[in-house]
Amino acid sequence: MEQKSNGLMGWIDARYPATKTWEKHLAKYYTPKNFNFWYFFGSLAFMVLVIQIISGVFLTMFYKPDTPLAFQSVEMTIMRDVEWGWLIRYFHSTGASAFFIVVYLHMFRALLYGSYKKPRELIWIFGMLIFLALMAEGFMGYLLPWGQMSFWGAQVIINLVSAIPFVGEDLGIWVRGDFVIGDATLNRFFALHVAAIPLILIGLIFAHIVALHEVGSNNPDGVEIKKNKDENGIPKDGIPFHPYYSVKDIVGVIVFLMFFSIVVFFMPEMFGYFLEHANFEPANPLKTPEHIAPVWYFTPYYSILRAVPSIAGSAFPGVIAMGAAIVVLFFLPWLDRNPVKSIRYRPNWYKVLVALFVVTFIILGILGTLSVSDGRTLLAQICTFYYFAFFLLMPFYTKLEKNKPVPERVTMK
Amino acid sequence: MSTDAVDNSKRRLLVSATTVVGAIGAGFVAVPFIKSWNPSAKALAAGAPVLADLSKLEEGQMITVEWRGKPVYVLKRTDDNMKVLETDVDMLADVNSDMSRQPEYCKNTGRSYDKHTKITVMEGVCTHLGCAPKYLPDMNNPFAGALGKDWKGGFFCPCHGSFYDLSGRVYKSMPAPKNLPIPPYFFKSNTVILIGQDGSKA
Repeated sequence: MEQKSNGLMGWIDARYPATKTWEKHLAKYYTPKNFNFWYFFGSLAFMVLVIQIISGVFLTMFYKPDTPLAFQSVEMTIMRDVEWGWLIRYFHSTGASAFFIVVYLHMFRALLYGSYKKPRELIWIFGMLIFLALMAEGFMGYLLPWGQMSFWGAQVIINLVSAIPFVGEDLGIWVRGDFVIGDATLNRFFALHVAAIPLILIGLIFAHIVALHEVGSNNPDGVEIKKNKDENGIPKDGIPFHPYYSVKDIVGVIVFLMFFSIVVFFMPEMFGYFLEHANFEPANPLKTPEHIAPVWYFTPYYSILRAVPSIAGSAFPGVIAMGAAIVVLFFLPWLDRNPVKSIRYRPNWYKVLVALFVVTFIILGILGTLSVSDGRTLLAQICTFYYFAFFLLMPFYTKLEKNKPVPERVTMK
Repeated sequence: MSTDAVDNSKRRLLVSATTVVGAIGAGFVAVPFIKSWNPSAKALAAGAPVLADLSKLEEGQMITVEWRGKPVYVLKRTDDNMKVLETDVDMLADVNSDMSRQPEYCKNTGRSYDKHTKITVMEGVCTHLGCAPKYLPDMNNPFAGALGKDWKGGFFCPCHGSFYDLSGRVYKSMPAPKNLPIPPYFFKSNTVILIGQDGSKA
């Protein structure tokens, strides 16, 4: 044991591992010294979570999960009557999109530097579960304002459940609690959005960080800093998370908050991408809006859903494809057979494949916001094909890669 | 016999018996929570049949009635429309509505009830993902896009671009797999229909 300190901290430490926890996870948690731009997004995601929880708690104080009142309570009470209510609501709505921007970049970082590879497979899997929980959270939260897009977006997604053969119809009624989306649906989505999923999310984030601190952070060179320790057992290329990265991350937080504020104050609707125009009209179950598109963060997967045609009178294959597009990500640690982690030391043609993947993902995202036409469907099908080929052919092409020499120690380029 | 000796097989039996009993108990306790998500008594009552008065429905006109919160389209077709229903069969995915959901007494070309051949009653719920298709009766409709001059009037779903004819029969190679579903209904009189109750039993 460490030397016992006196005073209040000594008294606490004898009863609760305060100093021990502080040191294990911050002051003596050694992180590689070569973190770059991409390493801001983990701490940023955590900060957005805090923004969402605080703004969300205050929104629940004024929101009414009741179909005749829900739209009014958002658009009148919160947006106009409650002092600063509009700001709290825009924090929350912008925070939702910011969460996905940050998380997508955080996941892309893992792809670039092989952060999902041994021994970090569980960090990746916990991360994927967080991504799933986040999608459920975003989807259910979007129903709450009870606008046209809330209603019809949920209608389309819940009908995906109904496309499941045999049990689908009954399962859809069970999820809705009615023959159509109504008060029962709104109430249960509220409960899940406000209590159940946030609790799951916090549990998963806890597990994600515990797993990370057990094996230590990866870095842009993909070399394990624990392999080179000095005489005190401290990694030669490691620096304590606090104060080095805690202070560095504050710089990231400030830059992020600058962009966040620009959106919150000057373009909270983000031209209809963060808050869709049709959602400023109350939900009308008898009238579908001219054009239905999910919020931007779901559009890549929505495109995949639409790209797959119905087979034998069932929309189920599209649903399967959409689900598979997410499930395949869970297997990434085992699909990628190249022992080298960082993309820096992998062949140039692999970099091209990753770049193409980014392009197809963005194209799918854009197509998901647009209405369908023959040309667009074909493009979505090509992109969907590439999406799956990129992952499913990985076990083959990653074995053919001719890697560049990986350094023994981290580099500072 | 030593009291310190541990009989591992007994211990394993007790652990597995406790686990199994506990799991069964948890399964039973889960039932009320799962069942609570079913439609409530109130929602079930709201799913009762509704009446629609068709006395003012002109030819070529469509009214929308709400049943179980879904839009139900009641359409009275013109003579021209009726001719189209015979000629567009090559373009349809499910001409005879074999794969589609409708009461047996509405499984015909006009998807109509008995002698009321011009009137068709359909749920306005696209069989793809549940949007409400638009009624576009006119011949040269800009929405018809890919179909162009082959467009003879019908329904167009704005969400994913499925086309249906005036009997709610879906065109070939559309995102929607089936014809628009027909709810159970029957004519109480010549101008009044009851939607939600089976006509064959009346």
